Amino acid sequence: MTSIMTEANQGLLDRIPQQPVPEDLAEDYATTGYPFTRDAKMKMRNVNVFYGEKQAIYNVSMDISKKEVLAMIGPSGCGKSTFLRSLNRMNDTVEGCRVEGDFSLDSDNIYDPKMDVIELRARVGMVFQKPNPFPKSIYDNVAYGPKLLGVYNHRSELDELITVSLQRAGLWDEVKDRLHQPGTGLSGGQQQRLCIARCIAVSPEVILMDEPCSALDPIATARIEELIGELAENYTIAIVTHSMQQAARVSNRTAYFHLGKLIEINDTNKVFTAPEHELTEAYITGRFG
Amino acid sequence: MQATNLLILILVMAAIAYLIGRGRALSVAQPLGGIRHLHSLPYYYGMRAAIWCFIPSISLLILWVTLDENVITALLLADIPAEIKPATESDQNLLFNQLENIISGAISVERVTPAIAAAAERLEGLRQTGYWLMLAVICSAGALGGIWGWLKISPRLRARQQVEKVFVAFLIICASVAILTTVGIVFSVIFESVRFFNKVPVADFAFGLEWSPQTAIRSDQVGSSGAFGAVPLFVGTMMVSAIAMLVAVPVGLMSAIYLTEYAKPRVRALAKPMLEILAGIPTVVYGFFAALTVAPYLRDLGANIGLQVSSESALAAGLVMGVMIIPFVSSLADDVITAVPRAMYDGSLALGATQSETIIRVVFPAALPGIVGGVLLAVSRAVGETMIVVMAAGLAAKLTANPLDSLTTVTVQIVTLLVGDQEFDSPKTLAAFALGLMLFLVTLCLNVIALRVVKKYREQYD
Ligand SMILES: Nc1ncnc2c1ncn2[C@@H]1O[C@H](COP(=O)(O)OP(=O)(O)OP(=O)(O)O)[C@@H](O)[C@H]1O
Ligand SMILES: [Mg+2]
Repeated sequence: MTSIMTEANQGLLDRIPQQPVPEDLAEDYATTGYPFTRDAKMKMRNVNVFYGEKQAIYNVSMDISKKEVLAMIGPSGCGKSTFLRSLNRMNDTVEGCRVEGDFSLDSDNIYDPKMDVIELRARVGMVFQKPNPFPKSIYDNVAYGPKLLGVYNHRSELDELITVSLQRAGLWDEVKDRLHQPGTGLSGGQQQRLCIARCIAVSPEVILMDEPCSALDPIATARIEELIGELAENYTIAIVTHSMQQAARVSNRTAYFHLGKLIEINDTNKVFTAPEHELTEAYITGRFG
Repeated sequence: MQATNLLILILVMAAIAYLIGRGRALSVAQPLGGIRHLHSLPYYYGMRAAIWCFIPSISLLILWVTLDENVITALLLADIPAEIKPATESDQNLLFNQLENIISGAISVERVTPAIAAAAERLEGLRQTGYWLMLAVICSAGALGGIWGWLKISPRLRARQQVEKVFVAFLIICASVAILTTVGIVFSVIFESVRFFNKVPVADFAFGLEWSPQTAIRSDQVGSSGAFGAVPLFVGTMMVSAIAMLVAVPVGLMSAIYLTEYAKPRVRALAKPMLEILAGIPTVVYGFFAALTVAPYLRDLGANIGLQVSSESALAAGLVMGVMIIPFVSSLADDVITAVPRAMYDGSLALGATQSETIIRVVFPAALPGIVGGVLLAVSRAVGETMIVVMAAGLAAKLTANPLDSLTTVTVQIVTLLVGDQEFDSPKTLAAFALGLMLFLVTLCLNVIALRVVKKYREQYD
């Protein structure tokens, strides 16, 4: 429990070699690095995502390891959000979006028709780019998920759950005296932490974050980055970011997407110091993106 | 007719002024080395010349059209022979009618006295003179204006800014026409209401429980004392509106939710235009639908289950009015629901909420102020609606709380008060203004509240 993150930081994650890519794609595209891990929380195989006729993700295969922080980087429009949203089936709500491939969470098939999407989304939570607190009180924002799922017996249990969630999100001290004031009245950074607390309150196993800091100032960003480090002790986290410094600071592994393809996925250290693929190198040295 | 000729003349002059103004701008620019040395594009100089030509002459034309008849009448009456000089205003109208007929040839000159024939001739003469005079004045005003505009053209002239100012002034005039009309209507309603309240005390009107506006027209008439208690009318209006809202709000809201959140694009593409067709049906059609189809149906249905339903009932009118308002509610609700940010919706789904949970717990509360605003607007429509209730609710002013009974509304009474021959300053006619004023105040309040609510709600997300 304690050591996986540190091990990953030292590049000690157990890895299996990359699976062969289908031949027709192999010429112009192959994932470099270490997409698969032994201790996988989520496994994605041969993922293709389409918006109508247009393909947004091309044959991506990778794992997300237990309790790691995986960063996804890449130029705008390369499909990071699309890929992330397919992990908890948020793409189901997008008209014309079609997802192909095998996804599993532990041993459950995510796209199994028998899979309960509602339950899946409680297990794989999501934090969005723009803080989106509901127009309700801070308390009710955090209580929203638990109330829907009915995971408590008494009011006091719910209160306890909310306190713990807010504490874990690092927001408790700032809001403990104003729990019943509207969540929309908080600052942007506080709102984002409120959204994280709201997500934690349903005890997800995986937290997906889509550019969680892009609407925040550097101080609020630092606060959230710190929080991600703390959350990684208990949760598996996948974070999309445009800031390479952020990816370098918070993640164990980094995946580089380019035009819908997963170009390289490797130890964060390695990606930023010695990228294997020329596209990755071009991106991190700022030649495009 | 003559004014139309002059208007065309003015437009032609303005067009000429435009052309020569633009031409001069171009020729001024030429020695300097092209139009980029002008302050504004050449057509602005043309427009400026045209404006200088148009505005003075059109103002004179308007002035003439408004004053013309008065001046001519005064001139004619000033030196009219004593034997035909009209004593009263109606005599004067009569005389002028006669003169008019002579001029147009409807009455032959032989059949009238020489004095009148002479007066007719003089009237026509005055008009001719007036016309030629005006033609001269307008032409010279237009020409002077045009020449002034033309002379001032120089490379440094800021024609563009000046044209812009005129354009803004024109917009302001248009806007004030709309505003002034509203203000005018409001004031005329207020003045007439004040006249009414001079005859009938305000308290009697506002709190009286009996409405029977038949006042005695002849002094020997009996049984028509006139009672102007408006309470039964307002109760009637409230009842019909309430029934209408009971139909329109749930149905409109639910259909909006279905269409925005659940319907497939193809269903939506079909259903939305259908709803809009519902909004396009003239209310008179709803009215006879209510009177001829719904009301008898309700009466028969009531008879079958042992209820006394009158053949003109508040229920029939209210139900049909509700149907009429459905599209109104649903399109407003549609707007506010789609205005709820997508992020809110995603946030809820990502926490494992179902679609209906999301709608009930997040979308609906977020959209609620907007929906309330929309419903208030719908109420003010229901309150002001006339045709359906005229046809289906009845005329008898009964103070009743039974929706199966016939009753009458404010709008119905305004219609009945003013239909037929009326003495214009009898309390009966003036009562219509008082009712109109009350109705106006009610809908005004509703609209103001609704707009504030909707606005506040907008601010929340912008
Ligand atoms: N709802 C949609 N309908 C159609 N095409 C879409 C839709 N959403 C995204 N796309 C397309 O899919 C591709 C990937 O988009 P995506 O939003 O995943 O990019 P991204 O990497 O998250 O970009 P950014 O860094 O700007 O957020 C883009 O070409 C985009 O135009
Ligand atoms: Mg994105």
